[in-house]
Amino acid sequence: MINRECGVLKTSYEADMALYPIPLARSTVLGIAIIVFLPFPVLANDYLLSVANLVNIAILGALGLNILTGYTGQVSLGHGAFMSVGAYTAAILATRYHLPFWLALAAGGVMAAAVGSFFGIPSLRIKGLYLAIATLAGQFIIEWSLNHITWISGGIQSSIYVPRPALGGYVINTQRGMYYLILIVVSLGIVAAMNLFRTRVGRAFVAIRDHDVAAEIIGINIFRYKLLSFAISSFYAGVTGVLYTYYLGIANYEQFTIVTSVNFLAMIIIGGLGSILGSIFGAAFITLLPILLRYVVEGIGGLFFTISDVAGVLTNLQLILFGGLIIFFLIVEPDGLKKLWRNITDYFRVWPFPY
Amino acid sequence: MRKRLAHLSVAVAILVLVLALVNPEVTWATHEIVVGLQCDRTGPVQTIGVFLCPGFHDYVKLVNKKGGVEGHKIRVIEIDHKYEVPLGVEAYERFKQQGAVSVSLYGTPNVYALTPRLTEDKIPGTSPGFGRADATDGTRFPYVFPIAASYWSQATASVKYILDHSKGKKGLKIAFLYYDNPAGREPLPIFEKLAKREGFELRTFAVPPPGIEMSAQILDIAQRFKPDWVITHLFGRSPSVSMKELRRVGFPMDHVIGFVWGAAEADAEAAGWSTAEGYLGIQFAGVGSDFPILKEIAKMYRDEGKDPPREMNSTVYYNRGVLIAALHTEAIRQAIKRFGLPVTGEKVKKGFESIKGFTLEGLVPPLEITPNDHEGGGWVRIYQIKGGKWAPMTDWFKAYGDVIQEALKEAAAKGS
Repeated sequence: MINRECGVLKTSYEADMALYPIPLARSTVLGIAIIVFLPFPVLANDYLLSVANLVNIAILGALGLNILTGYTGQVSLGHGAFMSVGAYTAAILATRYHLPFWLALAAGGVMAAAVGSFFGIPSLRIKGLYLAIATLAGQFIIEWSLNHITWISGGIQSSIYVPRPALGGYVINTQRGMYYLILIVVSLGIVAAMNLFRTRVGRAFVAIRDHDVAAEIIGINIFRYKLLSFAISSFYAGVTGVLYTYYLGIANYEQFTIVTSVNFLAMIIIGGLGSILGSIFGAAFITLLPILLRYVVEGIGGLFFTISDVAGVLTNLQLILFGGLIIFFLIVEPDGLKKLWRNITDYFRVWPFPY
Repeated sequence: MRKRLAHLSVAVAILVLVLALVNPEVTWATHEIVVGLQCDRTGPVQTIGVFLCPGFHDYVKLVNKKGGVEGHKIRVIEIDHKYEVPLGVEAYERFKQQGAVSVSLYGTPNVYALTPRLTEDKIPGTSPGFGRADATDGTRFPYVFPIAASYWSQATASVKYILDHSKGKKGLKIAFLYYDNPAGREPLPIFEKLAKREGFELRTFAVPPPGIEMSAQILDIAQRFKPDWVITHLFGRSPSVSMKELRRVGFPMDHVIGFVWGAAEADAEAAGWSTAEGYLGIQFAGVGSDFPILKEIAKMYRDEGKDPPREMNSTVYYNRGVLIAALHTEAIRQAIKRFGLPVTGEKVKKGFESIKGFTLEGLVPPLEITPNDHEGGGWVRIYQIKGGKWAPMTDWFKAYGDVIQEALKEAAAKGS
């Protein structure tokens, strides 16, 4: 966030290791937290809340993938499938065993973590593109299983309806209720991820990413930590899948195809690899850009034409603009939106002085 | 350079904001009746959306030009969701925010995802020829309206046609070639029931997505199983591939029946009209330009001094768009007539449930939508490719209602 260290003197080790050592940064984060928790959900209409919900769910998924790909350096193309594992686990537990929402949420995450670490086993021997293909196999295997094993998918339609989430007798069935529910889970996810990289485990992940041989020499158990990274990342994915399921009211594997996996990879690359803030930026960017582009293109088109006459052109124009903007942002800043943001804050760090 | 870039991005951001604010859709007064239209002009099955959506718009435009529905104009909000569920959900929320009283859904995954919401928000949504077949049961899915033959009804109709056109039932063999996803598998239980009842031999062949490689399955069908008939249930690009492959192995094309999403001009064009010659297709809307309503639309364009849009030449999907729009309009008309203003989703639902005898002189089948039967009977017609166009082979018909009722009961008993 905004860094102005000027005049901040640390007098204890605790102060030096704080999550936000600078008071201004702390108050900024607090301010944003207050805004997203109070005025926004109260003032926003259902439509804005539904968009915010989609963004929030995407943030959690992007965060999980960033832990694996951005921080540990293991490329995964199976993230969508890990989400579906969480989604179906929760749906099965909620409908067949009548487990409450919060238990299904946790169980979905744990199940996805187990499956994710299984498909992470090849990462010990292969890296980079090869690993990407191995996880792609995971994506296809899981997709096929959900599509064909009717015990899991509950019939040839491969979809399970879930009841609305209920916490302590209170049924959450409005967009606003869902917003709070998702926001709380996502906030926990963000705080957990931020703290993860201040621990021994998180630093081991980063060491593996930077040089796995060197990491092994300084005593990091590569196998254990790579699998742990897969497990944590898949746990996030699983929880994302559960949230998706409860948000839509249905578990359906067609929402978690290879396209989803690629979308999430795009989010963290555009947002910035190895950055919490980058995951948030990327998720918001990829989710909101098509929606925003639609408003812009319709706005321009609507000034000159009747929308229905040019709808065929407009929709294709949106796709072209979407691709163009992604290329534009990556050329301007190859390290992603988080670096772009860093450049801006660095500029203001010493402002109004040039250096 | 960096400074200029910064200025540029600020300028773009302001432009975006201004445009979003002056967006005519957002600021328009809301005295009209709003209908949401999900489209897919850019996604994996865009071959359908580019023709179907213009049909929908043109019909509504005609209705508005003639004074609207009972004097009220209809405004269609089209949103392209690229066949993706998050965008489809966002589109639906925007329809709801704008006060839509009915929604034309598109894409089976989207129908699944939005079914619980439609019921909660009391907004009727239509899923003609796709979505879930058991949504026919209006008591279980009060706000989902298939309004056209479901995959189950298409299955029974195709079997009926085959039995009517086979000499003896003895040793009859039918192959079912389907796209391997939930929508593709949906008719399987019906085929199995019918095979048991009518005593034909059924074998199923799955084509994995994206469905453009099926030479192994076709070879298996033609060389090993050697069926009398092939029924195909494919989407997007794959119907044209199936035509080419079946022709290549020498299977008689007039013994191949395609389900509704593999029976358009676009498919025959992609395969080549001569290759597809003889191929049979199931239709839930009339095919061809020989309908009064289409002539009226063409006249509307000519009166404006424009040529009728070229989308009208792709009559299969264009006419389906007209059919969907016509049923939405008719439901709204019934709602206003019977319950008055203001129009709400609940009233339009009842409007849908009172549609009867609305045929647009042959474009729409003789539907009768009731609170129990949201499919309207499951009427289809079978057409054949003859000399570069689709020619009708049968009149509107439906078959094996009891088999479908039985399947509906089983689905209801199973829940979810």
